[in-house]
Amino acid sequence: MSFLEFKQVSVAFGSYVAVEGVSLRLSPGEFVSLVGPTGCGKSTLLNVAAGLLAPTQGEVLLEGKPLRGLNPVAGYLFQQDAILPWKTALDNVALPLVFRGVGLREARERAQAWLEKVGLGRFPRHYPHQLSGGMRKRVGLAQVLIANPRLLLMDEPFSALDVQTRQLMENELLRLWQEDRKTVLFVTHDLEEAIALSDRVVVMSAGPRSRVIGEFPIPLPRPRDVAEIRLTPEFLRLHREIWELLRGEVMRAHAGA
Amino acid sequence: MRGLRLRLWQVGLLLLFLAWWEWASRTGRLDPFFFSQPSEIAGRVWRWFSTGEIYPHLYITTLEMLLAFFLGTLLGVVLGLWLALAPSVAAVLDPYIKALNAIPRVVLAPIFTLWFGLGVLSKVALGVTLVFFVAFFNTYQGVKEVSPVVLQNARLLGARPGHLLRHVYLPSAASWIFSSLRTSIGFAVIGAVVGEYLGSAAGLGYVIAQAEGVFDTTGVFAGMVVLMVFVLLLDAVVGQVEGRLVRWRPKMEAE
Repeated sequence: MSFLEFKQVSVAFGSYVAVEGVSLRLSPGEFVSLVGPTGCGKSTLLNVAAGLLAPTQGEVLLEGKPLRGLNPVAGYLFQQDAILPWKTALDNVALPLVFRGVGLREARERAQAWLEKVGLGRFPRHYPHQLSGGMRKRVGLAQVLIANPRLLLMDEPFSALDVQTRQLMENELLRLWQEDRKTVLFVTHDLEEAIALSDRVVVMSAGPRSRVIGEFPIPLPRPRDVAEIRLTPEFLRLHREIWELLRGEVMRAHAGA
Repeated sequence: MRGLRLRLWQVGLLLLFLAWWEWASRTGRLDPFFFSQPSEIAGRVWRWFSTGEIYPHLYITTLEMLLAFFLGTLLGVVLGLWLALAPSVAAVLDPYIKALNAIPRVVLAPIFTLWFGLGVLSKVALGVTLVFFVAFFNTYQGVKEVSPVVLQNARLLGARPGHLLRHVYLPSAASWIFSSLRTSIGFAVIGAVVGEYLGSAAGLGYVIAQAEGVFDTTGVFAGMVVLMVFVLLLDAVVGQVEGRLVRWRPKMEAE
């Protein structure tokens, strides 16, 4: 049985139809990327999976049961900074545990362990504005992962970072994911990032009324190094194949914009 | 070095002004009856403090101001939170709040004197009407300004309404409230002093009004000086508190 399933999901904002008739299945422990031109409703699908947005038509099934309200097993890493600016790195990471009723001391101890896991063990008392963009993303990642979600939703989480920091974060993400293989739905407009990270790449058409127009399994061996894997012939072959399909949509999105 | 020269210029300007005032009133270019003179004023302030006769008045004004400040802030924060989190209530009350805020508060002083008497309460009431709106608007704004992404993130991380209030809405509003503390304190002082001036039996405003009643310009100026130093001291204290409480905020200016 699939872990998460979109069944003929359509989302409309007033008369504007963002996505139409999207069906997609994610197996447990699978890393799936959604790629498509800007404005194709990728983030809309993530919001539907998180339960922040109800589909206009169709439904989302979580382990076979229709999703109502907020998705209880999902962790969401937003594109923008979503950590609380008035809390230190440590208290930000401890927050999900505090919400669950864990005592502050224990929550902070476990948060410190997670800060160390994402390489920020030396910055527990820093406030977000004192950290770099990449460091804030790490805090956000630790904050999401400490709650141990079974489904990880990621909305272009690294798009605001420079190339080096970005590859570092991608490798970090793969390393953490490898530990317990959560199901991941990763949205990006960067095809290379999608191929380097995923088990499967799903291509969406340009909006409005965007839908799924192609699915490509990525049989590259793991563990992977995102910087090195980009140079292998297999990667290049996959990239060419998917780009063939994606290019037309990017052009269309461009012409429409 | 620059800082020192700046200070020298600032102090020099003050000394120059005082010297000119002293000289002008001693040589008859300014009538001391209307303008008094700095040495007289300094002497009066000195006498007030050395005999201790000013302390009861300072105490009363401080009491009124603190009560007005805390009550007004409390009411403003509670109502601000409520209206910000219940948009339909806010929509209903919006014109009333605007209308109340449009009343020049000074005209309420006689009413409050009738209702609450000549004592501390009528001044506190006047101060509250001033402080309340500052706290109210800042709380309202602070809650409305919470980034929707931060809010969604907190909800997805498992925050229930109580958690949201404590970890998201209040801290966001707090930074707005604290940054308006100086305005609030200033308004609390205005409420207290204006109230005393218009009718009371004690306080700095009363001292000034009494002096004015007998054409004692030295007394009026001395009262003003005490009041000015009092507010400056409060301002410094508030600045310290604010710096401590909104530490998470990036510093806006370099200095």
